[in-house]
Amino acid sequence: MRLLNRSAGRLSRHRRGPIAGLLVLVCGLLLTGGLYAALAPAQADSDQDEAALIKEGRELFLVGCAFCHGQNGEGVLTQGGSQYGPALTDVGAAAVDFQVGTGRMPMAQPGAQAPRKEVVYTEEEIAALSAYVASLGTGPAIPDKELYSTEGMSEKEIDELVVRGGQIFLANCTACHNFEGSGGAMPRGGYAPKIRGVDPKHIYEAMLTGPQSMDTFSDGNIPPEDKKAVIAYLNELDEAPSYSGFTLGSLGPVSEGIIAWVFGVGLLVGFAVWIAAHTTRSSKKKDEAAA
Amino acid sequence: MTDAHNNDAHGGELAVAEPIPDPGLPEHQWRPTDVDPAKEKRAERQVATLFGLSALSTIAFLVAYFTLDIGDNWHVIGGFGASTMALGVFLGLALLCIGVGVIHWARKLMADHELVELRHPARSSDEDREVAVQAITDGITESGIGRRPLIRNSLLGAVGLLGLPAVVLLRDLGPLPGKKLYHTIWGSGTKDAPMRIVRDGIWTPILASDLEIGDLVNCQPDALHNPERYDIDPSEVEGVNLQIHKSKASLILLRMDPNDIKPGKDANGESRANWTVDGIVAYSKICTHVGCPISLNERTTHHLLCPCHQSTFDLADSGKVVFGPAGRPLPQLPITVDDEGYLVAQSDFDEPVGPSFWERDYYER
Amino acid sequence: MSVDVNPDISKVATTNGTTPATPKGGKAAGAIATWADERLGLGTALKKNIRKVFPDHWSFMLGEIALWSFVVVLLTGVFLTLWFDPSMTEVQYDGAYDPLRGVHMSSAYASALDISFDVRGGLLMRQMHHWGAMIFIASMMIHMLRVYLTGAFRKPRELNWIIGCLLLLLGTIEGFTGYSLPDDLLSGTGVRAADGFMKASPVIGSYMSFFLFGGEFPGDAIIPRFYAMHILLIPGLLLALVAAHMLLLVYHKHTQWPGPGRTEQNVVGYPMLPVYAAKAGGFFFIVFGVIAVMGGLFSINAVWKYGPYDPSKVTAGSQPDWYMGWPDGLLRIIPPWETHIWGITLSWNVMIPILVMPPLMLMILMALPFIESWITGDKREHHLLQRPRNAPTRTAIMAALMTFYGLSWAAGGNDIIAIKLHLSINQITYFLRAAVFIGPVIAFIITRRWCISLQRHDEERLLHGYESGVLVRSPEGGYAEKHLPLPEAKAYTLTARDDDPTPETPEEIEASGATGRGLRLRRLRARLATVFFADNVRKPTAEELHEAQHHAEHELHELEAQIAAGPNRHGPAEH
Repeated sequence: MRLLNRSAGRLSRHRRGPIAGLLVLVCGLLLTGGLYAALAPAQADSDQDEAALIKEGRELFLVGCAFCHGQNGEGVLTQGGSQYGPALTDVGAAAVDFQVGTGRMPMAQPGAQAPRKEVVYTEEEIAALSAYVASLGTGPAIPDKELYSTEGMSEKEIDELVVRGGQIFLANCTACHNFEGSGGAMPRGGYAPKIRGVDPKHIYEAMLTGPQSMDTFSDGNIPPEDKKAVIAYLNELDEAPSYSGFTLGSLGPVSEGIIAWVFGVGLLVGFAVWIAAHTTRSSKKKDEAAA
Repeated sequence: MTDAHNNDAHGGELAVAEPIPDPGLPEHQWRPTDVDPAKEKRAERQVATLFGLSALSTIAFLVAYFTLDIGDNWHVIGGFGASTMALGVFLGLALLCIGVGVIHWARKLMADHELVELRHPARSSDEDREVAVQAITDGITESGIGRRPLIRNSLLGAVGLLGLPAVVLLRDLGPLPGKKLYHTIWGSGTKDAPMRIVRDGIWTPILASDLEIGDLVNCQPDALHNPERYDIDPSEVEGVNLQIHKSKASLILLRMDPNDIKPGKDANGESRANWTVDGIVAYSKICTHVGCPISLNERTTHHLLCPCHQSTFDLADSGKVVFGPAGRPLPQLPITVDDEGYLVAQSDFDEPVGPSFWERDYYER
Repeated sequence: MSVDVNPDISKVATTNGTTPATPKGGKAAGAIATWADERLGLGTALKKNIRKVFPDHWSFMLGEIALWSFVVVLLTGVFLTLWFDPSMTEVQYDGAYDPLRGVHMSSAYASALDISFDVRGGLLMRQMHHWGAMIFIASMMIHMLRVYLTGAFRKPRELNWIIGCLLLLLGTIEGFTGYSLPDDLLSGTGVRAADGFMKASPVIGSYMSFFLFGGEFPGDAIIPRFYAMHILLIPGLLLALVAAHMLLLVYHKHTQWPGPGRTEQNVVGYPMLPVYAAKAGGFFFIVFGVIAVMGGLFSINAVWKYGPYDPSKVTAGSQPDWYMGWPDGLLRIIPPWETHIWGITLSWNVMIPILVMPPLMLMILMALPFIESWITGDKREHHLLQRPRNAPTRTAIMAALMTFYGLSWAAGGNDIIAIKLHLSINQITYFLRAAVFIGPVIAFIITRRWCISLQRHDEERLLHGYESGVLVRSPEGGYAEKHLPLPEAKAYTLTARDDDPTPETPEEIEASGATGRGLRLRRLRARLATVFFADNVRKPTAEELHEAQHHAEHELHELEAQIAAGPNRHGPAEH
C-alpha cells in the first residue's frame, strides 16, 4: 500500500525546495511571537507600600485564583462535597510565593497534581498575591535570605553544613525525592518532583509549607539551621562535577539497566553482525596457484 | 502426504528424497582485496592505521593517568570529572582499535575459503561401549561389593553420616534468634526515665507543640544518643549494635487532625485512643513486608507508601494496609508526654516490628 | 553464480591437518615447540584442533559476548580486590569526597569511596566491572534465547543447555553479592529485602536469617561472607561450568544453519587458525573496548550519592539490578496474602514471588529440551539449526515465557514508569496483576500464528517464486506481478529441514499393548504432539515442486508475452 501519492503535486513539489515547509513554519512562529511581544499588555511596575500591595494582590487574586479558591480564599467544594480548591486562609505568604513562584499555580487543569510549569506572574505580582493571602489569616512568612543562603560563610563552615545536610537529606527527603533529588512516585498518579536546579528560597518554602501532598517540615520538625544545611547539600550536588560520567537521569538501576541493554548489548550485537557479515565480492577471478 | 513415519520406536533417519537436491558448496568468490593488489595494500594500510591509533590511544591513556588529578582537586572538563572519562575513552579506543583492526584483517585479507569438516556421532562406538562396560564390570566384580552387602551397607552408612559434620560445623555461623525479634529498645524506658522520642540525625527531643498538623518527623529512640539516661552501656548503641537497633526502632511521627484518626484496637482488644497525643501518631518506620524504611507520606490522605514494593498504610486507621503486598498493618507505638512535655513512648510496640517470620505469632505480650 | 553439481570431495577434510605439523618461523620457534611437545604431546592435541572449523554467523557470537565480558569482569575484579576492604567495622570517613567527611560508615563503604576518589582509574574499573557484569548476564540471556529459538538445545546438546541455565543462575547471584559489597544505601536496602525473604521462609526462616547475618540484621558478618562468595566460591563454580560448556561445544562441534553444502554430518566454516581465532580474539578486544568506553562515559552505581547503608534511610526508586527485576516485580504486584493459623505465619506474598517462582522458572527452563523431546519423540542428533518459524509451538512457548518475564520485569520498575509516563502507580499494579497471566497467553497465540503464516509465505515463494516487483496489466485490465523462481541455493535452504514426525495414532497406541498409567501417558503425549506440530506446513515433494515450477514458468511466459506485446515492449522488460 502506498501511503504517499507521489505523483500528485509533482509539479509544485519541484517548485518548492525541500526545506520550504520548515521555513514557512519558522516564519510563522517568529511572526506570532513578535506580535505578542510587541502588543502584549505592559507589565505593572511600581513600588508600593503594604496596604497598596495587599489591594493589588486582591485584584490579582479575584481574577486568577478566586474561581478555585473562593473570593475570600475560603476554598470551594464540588457538588459532591469533595475539595475543589483548598482554603488559603492559613497557608501563609511562603506557600503562595512557592506555588506561584514555581508556576504551579494557577493550575492549568485539574489533575492528580499541579506540575511545575512556566511562571505566569511577575515578581511584584507574586509579592502582592503573597501579601494578600498572608492577610487572610496565619501561616509562615516568606523566609529571609539568610535562612537559606550560605553567602558570607567560610568554606569550612559550608563544608560542615553540607555534610550535615547530606545526612538530614538522606533521613527525610530521599525516600520521596530520590538520592539525587530526581523525584519519585506517590500513590494514584502523584509524584515527588525533581528538586534539582530549584531556587533555594523555594526549597525552603516547600519544606516549610508542605505543598500539595508533601508533608510539612515546620521549624519544629527540621530547625531552620538544618533546613539551610539541606539546601547547602543540594547546592553542592548541583555544583559538583559529575565524577563518573553521564548520569542518565539519576534514577538508579532502572536507567542503568536500560543503557546496559540498549547501548551495551545493542552495540555489541551490532559489532557481531558486522563481524560475521558477508563481505564485498568481486566478479574477477584469481589464479589459485598464485594465491 | 509424505510417507514418513518417524515413530519414537525407530529413531532412525528419514528415508525420504529431498525435494531439491543439495547443490553443494557454492563456488568461491574472490574479494576485491584478493584480486586487486591496490585494494589489498589499502586494506593492509587500514589495518595498520587502526593498530597505530590503538597505540596512540594507549599513550594518551598513560598521559591522562599521570596528568589528570583526582582526590582533593579533581580536574574537570565540561562539568565532568576528567580522569575517569579520559581513561575510559582512551582505554576503550585502544582496545576497540585493536579489535576492529584484527577483524578487518580477518574479513578482508585472511584466506576465506570455507572448509568442510566431518562430524562424528556424539556417542562412543559399540566396541568402545562393550569394552568400557566390561572394564567396569570387571572392576566391580573384583571389588566384590556386589557379593558383600555387609560392607556395602556399612560403607553407605558411614559415608552418609559424614555429611553431618559438614552441616554441624556451620552451627556457629550465628546465634539462635531467641526472643530478639520480639523486642526493640523502646521497651528500655523506665517509670523515671520513659524513652524519649528524638529527631533522627538532629538528636533533640520533641515537644508536642513543636509540631504542626501535617508534620512528618523521622525519629529514633533517645537511648541511641543518650544511653546512660536509660542505664544502657554505651557500647550497646555503637557500631554494629547501633545499626541493629535502628533496623527495628526507627520511628515516624505524624501530626494530623485528631478528628481524622479512626479509633483502633490493640492486640488485647482494648482501645488505642490513648496511644496518641493531640493528633500526633507514632508508627514503626520499618515496613512489615520485607523491612525497608518508609517515610513517603501522602499528607492529604495520610497514606504512607513504601518505596520498595509500594505497600501503602493508612496512618489514621491503625496502620492498616490499603494497597500493596504487605500482609500486616504497620505497628503503632503508644506515646504520651513526660513531665517536661517531651514526647515519649509508653512502652515497647505491642507486636514484633519488621518483616513477618514463621513463629511471629507465638509471641505473647 | 554457477553451481558445482559434482562437488570435489577430495577437499573434504577428515581431520584438520592440511598444514604441516612443523611450524614455519625459524629455528627459535621450532626449538621451543619441540621442548614443549616432548613433555606435553602438544602435536596430538593441536593437530586436530588448530584448524578446527567453526561456522560463521552473527547469532553464534552472542555466547562470545558472555564469555569475553566474563573475562573483563574477572580482570577488573582482580583490580578492585587490591583496594577493597570487605569489613563492616565502623570508621569515620577521611578521604577526598568532602560531603561525607566525618560520617560514620563501614570500612567496606569507605574503601569503595577510596577506590572511586583516591585511586586513579579506580572509578573507571568499578564502573567497567559493573557494566561488564550487566552485559555478562544480558548476553547470557540472549544467547540462551538464540539457542532455544533455533533448536540448538536438542540432542546431543541438552547437557550444555543445563550448564548454561546454571551459569545464568550463578551469574545472577554473583551480581547480587557483588553490588552489595560496597554496603551503600541502595544495595543495603536490597540486602534488607533479602533478609525479609529469608525470614519469610517456613520453619527455618528466622534461623537462616540469624545464621547468614551472624546475628540480628544487619550484623557485621554479611559483607565479608558475600565477599568470600563473590571472589572465590561463585567464580570457581562459574569457571568450572564455563570450561565444561566450552569443552562440550568443542566435542559436539558448533551447530550450523542449513544451506548449500551443509548437512547433518559436516561443519562448514572457517578454521580456528587464523580466521576464527582472529574474529573471536578481535571480538574480545571489542567487548573489552565497549565496556571500557561505557565505564568511562556512563555513571553507574555512584555510591557516594547514596551514602553508607543505614537501616533508617531509603531512596525512592529502590530497585535491584535489572537481572533481579522480575522477581522484584512479582513481589510488588502480588496481593497481600498472608495466613495466620495456629500461631504460624505463612507469608505467601513473599514466598510465591521469591521462594517459589524463581526456582520454578529455572526448572522449567532446564526442562524445556526434555519436555520437547518427550512430546515430539525425536531422538535423533541435530546439528542443523531450525528457523524459529519452522517450530511454531516452541517459539510461541518462549514468547509466552518472555512475555511473563518482561511484564514482571516492568512491574519491578513500576514507580519509575509511573513518574516517567505520568501514570498512577496503583493502576499500573492492577493492570500488571492481570497482564502477567493474560499477556503470555496472547503472546503464545499471536506468535504461533505468525510463525505459521511465515511458513506459508516460505511455501509460496518455493512454489511460485519471489515477487520481482514488475507489474503487468493485461488487456482485460487485471494486474499480475511477475514472479521469478528462487535461486537454487535459496530454495534448497528452505527445504533443507526435517519433516515433522507423525504422532502416534490411537490405533498404534492400542496395538502397543500399554496399560494403565503408561497408556494414559502415551495418549497424552500423542495429543500434545498433535498440538505441537499442528498447522505446520510440510515441505513440498519433488513432484509438487516440479508441477508448481511448470505452472510458474507457464505464467511467466504469458506475462513476458504480454509485456512484449504491450506499450512497454521497448522498456525494461527483463529483470
